[in-house]
Amino acid sequence: MNIQWRRFLRQVVRHLMRHSGFRPSTDGFCQACRPALRGRRMPFAAGAAIGASLRKDGAIHVIALSALIALASASAPAAGQGRSITVVSWGGSYARASVKAYHEAFVKETGIQINLDEFNGGLAQVRAQVETGNVTWDVVDLEGMDTLLGCDEGLLQEIDYADLAPAPDGTPAVEDYPDGVLDCGVALLDYATIYAYNENFFLGAKPTSMADFFDLEKFPGRRGMRRSPYSNLEFALVGDGVPAAQVYEVLSTPEGVERAFRKLDEIKSSVIWWETGAQAPQMLADGEVVMSTAYNGRIFSAQVLEKQPLTIVWDGQVQGWSYLNIVADAPNADLAKQFITFATSAESAARVASYISYGLVRRSAMALVGKHAEAGVEMRPHLPNAPQNMGNMVRENPEWWADNMDDMNERFAAWLLH
Amino acid sequence: MSKRGEGAFVEFREVSKSYDGKVLSVQDFTLSVAKGEFVTILGPSGCGKTTCLKMLAGFEEPTSGEILLNGRPIGRVRAHKRNIGVVFQQYALFPHMTIAENLAFPLQARGASKHESAAGVKRALDMVQLAAFADRRPGQLSGGQQQRAAIGRALVFEPDLVLMDEPLGALDRRLREDMQYEIRRLQQRLEVTMIYVTHDQGEAMVLSDRVAVMNGGKVEQIAPPEVLYEEPGTLFVANFIGENNRLDGEVVEWTEQVCRVDVKGKGVVQAFPVAVGEGDHHTSLTIRPERVELNPAPGRTANVFDAKVQDVIFIGDHLRIHAELLGCQQFIVKIPNIIGHGAVLPGDTVKFGWLTTDCRALDAAPPTQTGTAPAQ
Amino acid sequence: MMGKSRTQALLLSLPLIAFIGITFVAPLGSMVLRSFYDPLVAEILPKTVAALGEWDGGALPPEGVYALLAEELRQARADRTIGRLATRLNRQTPGLRSVVSGTGRRLARQGQPPWAEALPRMNKAWGEPEVWHAIAQAGRRVTPTYYLNALDLRMDADSGVVQQPEAKRVYRALFVKTIGVALAITLLCLGIGYPLAWFIAHSPPRRGRLLLVLVLLPFWTSLLVRTTSWIVLLQQQGVLNNLLIWAGVVADDQRLTLMHNMIGTFVAMTHVLLPFMVLPLYSVMSGIPPVQMQAASSLGAKWPRAFRRVYLPQSMPGVGAGCLLVFILAMGYYITPALVGGQSGQLISNFIAYHMQTSLNWGLAAALGSILFVAVLLLFLLYDRVLGLDRMRLGS
Repeated sequence: MNIQWRRFLRQVVRHLMRHSGFRPSTDGFCQACRPALRGRRMPFAAGAAIGASLRKDGAIHVIALSALIALASASAPAAGQGRSITVVSWGGSYARASVKAYHEAFVKETGIQINLDEFNGGLAQVRAQVETGNVTWDVVDLEGMDTLLGCDEGLLQEIDYADLAPAPDGTPAVEDYPDGVLDCGVALLDYATIYAYNENFFLGAKPTSMADFFDLEKFPGRRGMRRSPYSNLEFALVGDGVPAAQVYEVLSTPEGVERAFRKLDEIKSSVIWWETGAQAPQMLADGEVVMSTAYNGRIFSAQVLEKQPLTIVWDGQVQGWSYLNIVADAPNADLAKQFITFATSAESAARVASYISYGLVRRSAMALVGKHAEAGVEMRPHLPNAPQNMGNMVRENPEWWADNMDDMNERFAAWLLH
Repeated sequence: MSKRGEGAFVEFREVSKSYDGKVLSVQDFTLSVAKGEFVTILGPSGCGKTTCLKMLAGFEEPTSGEILLNGRPIGRVRAHKRNIGVVFQQYALFPHMTIAENLAFPLQARGASKHESAAGVKRALDMVQLAAFADRRPGQLSGGQQQRAAIGRALVFEPDLVLMDEPLGALDRRLREDMQYEIRRLQQRLEVTMIYVTHDQGEAMVLSDRVAVMNGGKVEQIAPPEVLYEEPGTLFVANFIGENNRLDGEVVEWTEQVCRVDVKGKGVVQAFPVAVGEGDHHTSLTIRPERVELNPAPGRTANVFDAKVQDVIFIGDHLRIHAELLGCQQFIVKIPNIIGHGAVLPGDTVKFGWLTTDCRALDAAPPTQTGTAPAQ
Repeated sequence: MMGKSRTQALLLSLPLIAFIGITFVAPLGSMVLRSFYDPLVAEILPKTVAALGEWDGGALPPEGVYALLAEELRQARADRTIGRLATRLNRQTPGLRSVVSGTGRRLARQGQPPWAEALPRMNKAWGEPEVWHAIAQAGRRVTPTYYLNALDLRMDADSGVVQQPEAKRVYRALFVKTIGVALAITLLCLGIGYPLAWFIAHSPPRRGRLLLVLVLLPFWTSLLVRTTSWIVLLQQQGVLNNLLIWAGVVADDQRLTLMHNMIGTFVAMTHVLLPFMVLPLYSVMSGIPPVQMQAASSLGAKWPRAFRRVYLPQSMPGVGAGCLLVFILAMGYYITPALVGGQSGQLISNFIAYHMQTSLNWGLAAALGSILFVAVLLLFLLYDRVLGLDRMRLGS
């Protein structure tokens, strides 16, 4: 075994020396091999190169190339140092939508490869990478509160909106975004936590407002809610009659928090708490609950693509913006910025909405939204920030949550226990 | 000592047992034991003797047949109601209890008061000479002590019947002999009925009033030890009990009292027909080594044959001679060590003779074996 | 000679010692350390914390302290450490995060002495003593904060220990609940596992092996498949309810609630933990000769008495080992019960995981974990007292 390995390595080295002439600037490969490598599509190119080199110089090329592939796959970051970036995003249909909407176009246009990684949100991994100085992620997709915390903690790089691509009509990017977006990452999507009901359980009167969600007498049946204070406190206050715009003002007082929990008390015994986004539509479809809070994209998929009898109630929903961020000390920060600029251009962003029902933060992108790429449904009515859905919407306040998340979590846990 | 019938205390009536519905472990086992009798079931391992015991104790149910205790069928009586003391092969003392607690167990199970139970335990401990070890656990005792404890536990509740399943199997020879004596003494003192299972024929001979020899699930012979020895009914018994020489041959002449058997054309032997009827041809002859006489006076024995001495072993009280006789290579003769017999040497040709009544014509053995088949 | 062989033995076990050290002692040690040692604030605001040490705690601190804070906050912003400072202080007093990071942002652009006036202008919180108490308390390197928090206590302004407000008391109740659930699961596993192990141990070898494989099946099923299967079986429109309705046991409008409650928690956890009960029981029971029970019955004991006096005591080492295993594991299981058992499946481990992975409050997670660890250790000692560890057997 040992002897064979040594012989193999010697052959590779001899090949490299013969064909590179000790030029340290080159990548160490001869002309026969290099074209195959230029495309950077290693696995595919390598196959072609192996075929080509067999015709030319014979086996030695094959061996050398195989060695390079082995090295490349063993140390992915090293291979990516040239022109590839690592993008980390939520998995599932969301990741698929981003790939279709702008990853593929970006790779095609720039030749920069994208390594797509999945995570479950939160700052834990980003913090671990930055604190240990071993950053492998370039771009990370985060919710508002995590973006805010990440910026404050220096885990994310600031991106100037002025550097972004202008709208198709020439409007500068800075003027193309609504007020209140954070200035650290770039806001891309507008998503909502709504509540939806199963039509089969409401053949007569149908729930139409957040107050109905909390009204067990008018609409009996079990409710699904996320096991977290997050957005549930807002729902409770809207359900209790607080105008959407004043929710955080009320929540900032101890009496407001008390009021929210008292409202939740009214339905507590009928609530089934869900934990992952996929559970809510599943429980609705199974009849485990008659109505449930959920992420609007999940309900859209169940309702429109899987033809489940679900309906979203657009009242009192909590809407947040998601941000594309560059991790501090990202290995390919420049390419990452190029990627974010591409992804947040009006055309790219608008394409996201033809795969998944999330609104675009950019006004000019909203104007370009068309039909669903596969189902052919007009997407506009399904997007949270379509004007008809925004009537009584709560705009999530990441600042308030960043300050009160821990506190509210403890209170929520205590409330659940007692 | 009664045979079958009214007086029997324990009675097996054509009991058969099969575990898998195909092979019979015990086949038509019939045995009756009188009150106070010590009966041993003897046989090689796997012959079904332990199964018989288990059926009597209530751990197994007969597939067919009936077991009676004191004249009443016990098929419906659960083990704990049978009032039978059992001593198991590996003692089966309860390892988490002291010896005294072990002995108290059957008394407590019978609802004895604390006082009664303590008195009973003390009596039993004295009886098996373990009073000093009352508070030890079984693991802290020697094999012999554990054995005595197990016997004490089986006797402490004064059962009418005690079963012992190879109780001395795990002890060394010396201890085994002591215990044999002790068991016999206890049984006689308490006048308890005892059914004892062993594969050791010596043990069976020493202890028993009667011995039932089992082989392959069937009873070969039930008889007192001396009868088994002197008058084995089958070749198996003849070989299993004590040492025997065996000669295979063809019956050439037969009467009820005597038959003449041609041993492989090398000579004709006169024998007592035990399991040979008129018209049978093959037979196996057995002669006890100590019933063979060296150079008998002419006319003293009906059978006299030349033998070539191969080996002479000095045992002490007797000499053991290995010789070739009538084609049998391992013919064994035991000669008492008395004056006048010192002159036999290997290589000598001598004459061996025996009486017709000491040579028993039994059922024919499978043809492959020749020579002696000493007991294990 | 003795010394030499001992040295050899030591050398041979070095890899094991190193392995245990690296994978067990070191992480455990650093976790325990984190639960009471937190130098973050003292490192980012060294001068302020030192100056606050002189402060009497009554009214507001003097101008000098304000100036030091302004200087150090500015520095922290430049060093990009202000976010961690803000997060840490927010744990001390909710709301401080935005106060600190907001002030940091303003300080980068403006502000000049006197700081005692400038800072409260930037955020009125600086004009109140609470914020300074918070910094002083968080400034201690060795801090009881996390343990207090984990026991629903907190420190008031005078460094006295007081109860958390009632609406925030979580952990003590959770510890009690966790222990209660773990005990119940243990009893349930024992109730199901004991007869099962008995049956397997006293089955013919072939059937015994097959049954053992069936018991081990949950080990070979992935967490996700297992959980999903339970949901499919137990939910209101699920298989079990449908079967019961088909059999006419329950009416369609009175479907049983079998998950998202204690039933779900118990079912899911018992299923997963049963093998840990059955295996030690099985191995101890198969070491008890069947002749023991025969002996007992031949001595006149009815089955219940024979079982209670003879079999049960001899199987106790297995019972002890199984219960201890299941109990300790039940304290730590959290994903499946939370999914199948809903709210009732929320145990202390869920919160440890939450603080480790989501809130990133590792100090609190470490304190909760340490308390759990000590609780298990105490139980272990109690077990040793009552049953004796040397009598515990995982096999015979």
